[in-house]
Amino acid sequence: MIGKNHLKAYFWTILFAIFIIGSLALSFDPGLKIYANFSEFFLEMITFLPLMFLLVGLFDVWIPKEKIEKHIGHGSGIGGTLWVILLATLQAGPLYGAFPVAYILSQKGASVRNIFIYLGVFSAMKIPMLTFEIGFLGLKFSILRTLFSLPIFITIGFIMERYLDKDYKVTT
Amino acid sequence: MQILIAITVICIFLSLAVDQKITIEGITRGLKMFFDLLPSLLTVLALVSVFLYLVPDETIILLLGSKSGAMGIAIAAMVGSIALIPAFIAFPIAKILMVKGVSYPVVAVFITTLIMVGVLTLPIEIKYFGKKAALMRNGLSFFGALIVGLLIGIFL
Repeated sequence: MIGKNHLKAYFWTILFAIFIIGSLALSFDPGLKIYANFSEFFLEMITFLPLMFLLVGLFDVWIPKEKIEKHIGHGSGIGGTLWVILLATLQAGPLYGAFPVAYILSQKGASVRNIFIYLGVFSAMKIPMLTFEIGFLGLKFSILRTLFSLPIFITIGFIMERYLDKDYKVTT
Repeated sequence: MQILIAITVICIFLSLAVDQKITIEGITRGLKMFFDLLPSLLTVLALVSVFLYLVPDETIILLLGSKSGAMGIAIAAMVGSIALIPAFIAFPIAKILMVKGVSYPVVAVFITTLIMVGVLTLPIEIKYFGKKAALMRNGLSFFGALIVGLLIGIFL
């Protein structure tokens, strides 16, 4: 079931794979180092993202649109924003893992403002990441950074809502 | 990670217990979205791997450590925006920078741009959000990161 479109989509990946296989065969040092980087990222991605998508898929079929619209949709106000912040801080993983969640929230009627607040909070205020940050950079630095970031994300949410179309939706 | 696995397994079992057909539908939808994203994701990861080889940790530390003041902040913002470094590598780097005497605002701008702005993941972001929204979000986050850095500089 490998069609022309598949080959096209995976063009760069295949090229990269050939480069890596060549490097492994010839013990080409830069290639080996690049491969080491890649496998680290790949492992992070492959352990985490399929699970995320399974949850997004289940969320899609089980959670009715009206629920999302009511809680974090247009006119959900400050309560909606609090919900989104809570949801985002409880998650983990790289920012590209938040995109599918943003997609499904948007499809279910979450407001533009809340979508972008979600992305911001996800990127900078995830609790698993914060514990790590506190460990390395200290409590004071981490808390100040978080406190200053939050109003900025909320502002970004308002700006995005103002300048994007009323019927803006995240797509795939 | 273990928590995510546990939550996913529990959700799938709960869902199966209530309705098998809907569960399979949900799993299929999730996997389809995953395989739609996979090619662009692999391309970005390959790109990032090459990038990190060309610009290793030591270079980043050298770049940020050598200058301070406005120049240091500008370099930190640029490096942070372009680099895609996972948090578990970024925080140790930031710690080294702090120990080396790099100022708090520079470290803060580096960390905030790193986690909020993603030039290398822009193709993926555009796929979901469209060009306008993706560019706007990154642009606004970039300025937001500068503000966070300046505020940290005032308070620390």
